[in-house]
Formats: sequence, C-alpha cells, structure tokens
Amino acid sequence: MQHFISPVLWQFLVKWLTHFAIFPPEASSIAPYADALYFFLIFISVIGLGAVAILVTWFSIRYRQSRNPVATQIEGSTILEATWTIIPLILFMITFVWGALLYFRIYSPPPNAMNIYVVGKQWMWKIEHPGGQHEINALHIPINQPIQLTLISQDVFHSFSVPAFRVKREAIPGRYTTVWFEATRPGVYHLFCTQYCGTLHSQMIGWVYAMKPDDYQAWAAGSTSGHSLAQNGERLFASLGCNSCHNSTPNAHGPNLASVYGSHVQLANGQYTTVDDAFLRDTILNPTLHEVAGYAPIMPTYQGQVSEDGLIDLVEYIKRLNSNYRIDQTIDNSAGQPVQTGATPAGTSAPPLAPGAVKP
Amino acid sequence: MSTIVSLPDQSTARLPKVSYLNKEYGLKSWLLTGDHKRIAVLYMISITFFFFIGGAMAALIRLQLLTPYGDLLAADTYNKVFTAHGLIMVFFFLVPSVPATIGNFCIPIMVGAKDLAFPKINLLSWYLYVAAGIMMICVLTFGGVDTGWTFTTPLSTHYLNTNVVTAGLAVFVAGFSSIFTGLNFIVTIHRMRAPGMTWFRLPLFVWSHYAASILMVLGTPVLAITLTLVVLERTIGIGVFDPTRGGDPLLFQHLFWFYSHPAVYIMILPGMGVISEVISTFSRKRVFGYTAVAFSSVAIAVFGFFVWAHHMFIMGISNYSALVFSLLTMLVAVPSAIKIFNWAATLYKGSITFETPMLYAFGFLGLFTIGGLTGVFLGSLGMDIHLTETYFIVAHFHFVMVGGMLMAYLSGVHFWWPKITGRMYPEGVSRLAAVITFVGFILTFFPQFVLGYLGMPRRYAAYPPEFQVLNVFSSAGASVLGIGYLLPLLYLTWSLKYGKIAGPNPWQATGLEWQIQSPPLTENFDKTPIVTHEAYDYDWLANKTRNEVTTVG
Repeated sequence: MQHFISPVLWQFLVKWLTHFAIFPPEASSIAPYADALYFFLIFISVIGLGAVAILVTWFSIRYRQSRNPVATQIEGSTILEATWTIIPLILFMITFVWGALLYFRIYSPPPNAMNIYVVGKQWMWKIEHPGGQHEINALHIPINQPIQLTLISQDVFHSFSVPAFRVKREAIPGRYTTVWFEATRPGVYHLFCTQYCGTLHSQMIGWVYAMKPDDYQAWAAGSTSGHSLAQNGERLFASLGCNSCHNSTPNAHGPNLASVYGSHVQLANGQYTTVDDAFLRDTILNPTLHEVAGYAPIMPTYQGQVSEDGLIDLVEYIKRLNSNYRIDQTIDNSAGQPVQTGATPAGTSAPPLAPGAVKP
Repeated sequence: MSTIVSLPDQSTARLPKVSYLNKEYGLKSWLLTGDHKRIAVLYMISITFFFFIGGAMAALIRLQLLTPYGDLLAADTYNKVFTAHGLIMVFFFLVPSVPATIGNFCIPIMVGAKDLAFPKINLLSWYLYVAAGIMMICVLTFGGVDTGWTFTTPLSTHYLNTNVVTAGLAVFVAGFSSIFTGLNFIVTIHRMRAPGMTWFRLPLFVWSHYAASILMVLGTPVLAITLTLVVLERTIGIGVFDPTRGGDPLLFQHLFWFYSHPAVYIMILPGMGVISEVISTFSRKRVFGYTAVAFSSVAIAVFGFFVWAHHMFIMGISNYSALVFSLLTMLVAVPSAIKIFNWAATLYKGSITFETPMLYAFGFLGLFTIGGLTGVFLGSLGMDIHLTETYFIVAHFHFVMVGGMLMAYLSGVHFWWPKITGRMYPEGVSRLAAVITFVGFILTFFPQFVLGYLGMPRRYAAYPPEFQVLNVFSSAGASVLGIGYLLPLLYLTWSLKYGKIAGPNPWQATGLEWQIQSPPLTENFDKTPIVTHEAYDYDWLANKTRNEVTTVG
C-alpha cells in the first residue's frame, strides 16, 4: 500500500489512525465536572449556531431574489427581539453559575490536602515535597489523596497546567498561589507551563506521575534527600540569625513564632489578619508591610538574601512549630520512614498540623 | 410597503470627469492632502502592506508547527515571529482596519459632510501610523522582539534583551493615530450631520463607529500610560511592576487589559457596522430592529470597559472579583447575540442576492457566532481554568478577529470598492475567494479548539508529538487561507485598470454615499444634502429613481 502513496503521507495517515485523540484523559476527581460543563457549553453552542445557520439558510433559499423579487419592509418586532435577548441571557446565566461553582471547587482546597511546593523558574519546575524530596519537571503524587500545590515563581510569570486533571494555576513572582486536585487514575500525565515565559517556554514541560499509595510510599522513601523542608528551614533560621529576636524569651524583640501560623494577629493599624504562607513570606522579605501590634518595626529586610526555596523552607519550618515537629521527626526516624508529612497527614501524632488546614 | 429595485444598466456608466482621485496629481498632492477619502486610500495601502507582513509571520508559525520538534526555527526566533505576528496584526492591521479606511472614507459622506471635523489631524493620524510602522519595521530588522504582543511584565521589563523599548514606543505612537481617528469621528458625528440627519437616521455603520470611537478615545490613553511605565521600568527601573521593589506584576495586566479588552471591541464594532450595511443592501430591506442594533453597539462599548479581568481568572485575583467579571462577561455576550439574530431576521422576506460582500457577510455570521459562543466557554470561570492559555484561546480570538473582523473588512472593501475606485471588482473570482477564505479558515482554526481542550499550550515552539495530526490539519488550512487572501490583492489591483465602470450606485443601496458619483468629488456633495428619509429606506430610493427617470424623459 505504501508504495502507491508518498511515504510522508502514509506516515501521516498511520499516525492519524493510531494517535488521534480529541479528548484528554479524565484523571482527576474534578475532570468529570469540568467535562460536564464543557458538554453543556458545546450543546448550547450547537443550538445557537444551528439556529443561526437554519435561519440564514432557510431565508436565503426562500427569499432569494429570483423567488421573492419584492422585499417586504419590516420595522422590527419587540417580542421577537425580547425573545432572543432573554433566551441567551438565561443560558449565559446558567453557564455563569455552573462555571462559578466549578471555579470555587477547583480553587478551594479541602482541609486534609497534602501540600507540595512548586517553584517556577526559567525554564523548569522545581517541586519540593515537605518530606525532603526534590524533583525537577516531575511531580510524583499518590492517587485518591487531595494534593494542594503552593506555587510561586522566582522570576517571570509561569503557569502550571495539568490538562488530564483540568487544573491550571499561574505561578506569580512574589506571591503564593494555590490549586488542588485529586488524581483518580494511576498514570503519567503531561505537565505544561502555559504562560509564555521566554525563550525556552516550550521546554518547560514535564510529567505528573500519579501512583497507587503503596508505590508512592516506596518512591517517597527512596527519593528523599534525608532532610525535610522544615529541617532545612530550621538551619536557615539559625544561620540568618532569626532566633536572636524570635527566641520566645520574655524580653525578646520579636514575636514568638511557635503556633503563630494560622493565628489571628493584630496589626499596628488595628486590623486583624490571619497568618498564612503569604503573610510569613511577605514579613521575611518586607517586614514593614504588616507591622504587628506591640512590636517595634526593627526587623531588617531579607530581600535578596533568601532564595524562594529558602523562603519555602522557612515557611515550612514556622508552620511546623505549631506542633513539636522534632517529636514527629524522631518518631519517623525511629520507624525508618524519613517521609511522614503529607502522605498520610491524618496518621501523624499531632492532628492539627495538616498543612493548609487552617488556611482561610 | 413593498419595493422593486432592479440593478441599473452599468453598460452606459461613465467615470466622472472630475473626482477626488484626479482633481490633483502628484505624490505631494497625496502626502499633503486633507481629503478624508485620500487619507483613507493612504491608510488602505499601508495596512495592506502590514497585513501581508503579519501574514508572512503567520505562515512561518504554521510551517514551524507542522512538525512537533520545531525543525524550522529556533525557539527564540519562533518567539520573535509570533510576537511580530501579534503586534502587527493587532496594532497595525486590526485596530485601524475598518475605521481608518472604510470609516474614514464613508463616515463624512454618510452623515452628509464635506470632510471630517479636523482634516489635518486626520492626516497627522496617518503620519503617526506610518512613523509607528517604520519603528516596528526597525524593531523587526534589528533583531526583533520576543515579549509576545501582551508585553507581560516582568518578562518584558527584566528578562529579555530584545528591542522591547522601541516596540513599546511604536505601539505608543500607533495608539495616538487611533485616538485621533476616534476623536475625529466623534466630533464629526456630533457636529457635522447634514440638515435632517437625526441620530436615528444615521446608518448603523456610523453608530458602530461612534461606539468604537468612544472606546478608542477613552481606552487607548491607558495603553499609552501602561507602555510608558514598561519603558520607564526597563530603562530607569521605577519599580511599579517589580515585586522586589514593592511593585505588583499583576498591576501591569490590569492596566494592559483595561485597554486591550475594549480593543477587541474597537476591532469588531466597525466590522459589525459593515455587516449591517451589507446585509440590508443585499436583502433590499431595512435592518430588523434598527434601534436594538444601534443601542447594542453602545451597550457593547459600555460593558466592554468592565470585563478586563476575565483575562486573569487563573492569576490569583480574588475569587469574588472573578465572580463579578465573569458575570459582566456573560452580559456583554448578550448584545452580540441580539445583533446576530437581528441580522438573520433582516433576511426574512427580503429579496436576497449573493454578491461577494454578502458571501463574506454570511461567513462573518457563521464564524463570529462560533467565536462569540466559545467566548462564553472562556467567560465561564471553571471552564476558563482548563481552557485559558491553550490553543482554545488562540482559536477563539482568531474566530472573532479573523473570522469576524477580517471577513467584515473584506466584505466592506468589496462593497465600497466601486465607490472608492469607480470600478467593479470581478464578481466570479471574488466569490470564489470568499468561499476559499471561509473553508480555509474553518480548516485552520477549528482543529485548534480540539487542541486546546487536549491541553496544548499556546506560544510553544515545539510540542508533544501526539498533537501533530491536528496541527498538520491547521497548517494545511492555513495554506488554503493564504490563497484566499492573496486572490483579492491580485484581482482588486487588476480591477483598478480593467474593472467595469461601476456608476454611482451599483448595489442600489440607500446610504448618502451611494447617491453621489463614484468616485466622489473632493467636496463629496455639490450642495449640502437635506435628509428626509430614514436609513435603509428602499421605498424612498425607488421613488427617487423613478423621479429621475421622469425628469430625464
């Protein structure tokens, strides 16, 4: 057969027949919801386009000049115009509500989600698991477990997209954003940067490995660097000299950081705010941004002294101060399981430490 | 209320002895002209030039994407090519396309005036366009620019070493040419209407240009400010958009889209005006629901200013502001739907013929409907998360901008070609071109919707191989589309010398521009017209024609 047509064309046809997808895999708990809305939208589009096409075709045939040489002048019709104002309006409002519900579902992580940090930089994704696994352009996750990603970029805008999960979130310089998903089918899925980020934008791609929980445990145990993010953060905390002020002694210059994460603090201007990841990051880099009531604004800025990875370590360390993370660590080490955080947060010794649990 | 209109016998038509084209000769008489019709022709030549440069860039993009591994261009070259394609097509073709050419030519005649309110500012507008165009050509010749047409910070301010400043200034200058055009239209429509030409006797073409002009005058300064800030940030580091200096990179996107979303209405509204004229003329029937169509243009212009953040749903704007912007986006879709159905209803009980402008207008109806409805997909918050920044976006805005606006532009060019040049284009080949354009367009951009839902990101110089088949379809369609655009260039040029003489009103249309000779006199009218009829009053036209015959007889 391929002797009769050009080899290039033959290759193309074979490829078409074997690799022709018009629909991405549905691999997350959110995907069926997104697809349902997609089909609804396609349905109303077909109805709308069909209505226009039928009207135009019918009128063109029925009222063509050879058949209808005399045009009848018509002013308009308020009832008809109201009809084709109100029907689209209703359909668009349904779409609006449906889309809004889906949006809030995708961007409101459940409290038991396991948090993973993602740092985008030209042109790679750095993935940091709290248990000390570091990956580049790859993300290993267990299925049937809500995963929350905390994203930040250390240079330009990037966007973290996993089409099979129907989720996407911008990684913004200087600001944490979050997204969550729950993979439902084990497999390997594309991970793209979808925001144009410079020369090698198209190479900022990777794979998401959705694994059965057992496989994930094995991977996590075999891939850890041996130091959890919190441990790195503790070292950084000491080497930057943070504990000269934040040392929980009665006459310390800075607030005690134990159990500060998730608490409501009063600011110098009288407002209250919740301490979250973004608050901690902002305060390290730009201490005067949120001046906490009762403390003199004497903290120096650490802008330019700590990398985004270092900031994540510090944030993770301060989060863990809520519980006695050393005890967790000891338990884990004695069990020969260097990774504990996240995989089964409910099973750890201190229940309230589930990351993200106290986020507003 | 019925009308019989037969096309006039064109065999007896003669070119008028004196017209705006031959009143004065020589390059100087063109370059220093204040005549809105000559400036329109100057604009038409310049935007055609830029259209084909932008088109060549598109051809390179589609060739590159024929294979998954980016075999034709290096990644940075590809980025420069799609940036050039976007910048040229948006700022040097689409924004000035209908307003600066057909609008410039027709609006003073349609309202019964001798020229625009400020002829010299009109000429200045063209010179600014040319200056900006030369700057853009310099950018392309001396290394290009690879920010994407959106100039996103901090990429554009801190991370690229290409000609960002020159490109930004070129768009800045081009923006002023657009402001001047809009200003001229607003003043002309307000102050220079002929006696009897009330607001509700204006052709819908004028209404849609009025709405677009408001957007140009109010929106473009914001773009100018934004680009100035980008240039200042890049040159002296003022830090407005730089998070390490306390700036906010998202602020740039708010400012940029505050102009650039209304800009899509700047581009599409004049096209909608063309469609109203063309559909009415070729169905010999007044536009169904004139007032609704007129006010829907104004509604689009007003709502168009309050939807900009729908470009940023995934960028960490607050969930509640996302809600508001999604709701407003749904509302702005309604006036467009009204227009589509009103145009369809205009055909009802008409007496329809299928000349080339009408075929392009039908193409517009189909493609713009798809473009508009897929806009609803993207305005729907949860769906936008999956679809934004993929080829779905690319397909959506090409359906609106190319399928909608370019179809409308070509429809308008063919429709007013007899008026502008005094000669007809060849009907057979131009119908063929309209059909080729439609088929080529669908083949090029429809596969991109599928690619988008599959998740293929936009602005990729190379892509995973499983997306190749659909990309091959798209590139194949692009070559068909290219033929569809080259044909008019050839036969319209040919018709300048060899086209049949058109006569004053070859379409038996009702607008004031059709009641004067083709090509018109420099001062448009012998004496100021007194308007006693509504727009699209075919009975008035029939009576007028009958009376003329009586007088001559």
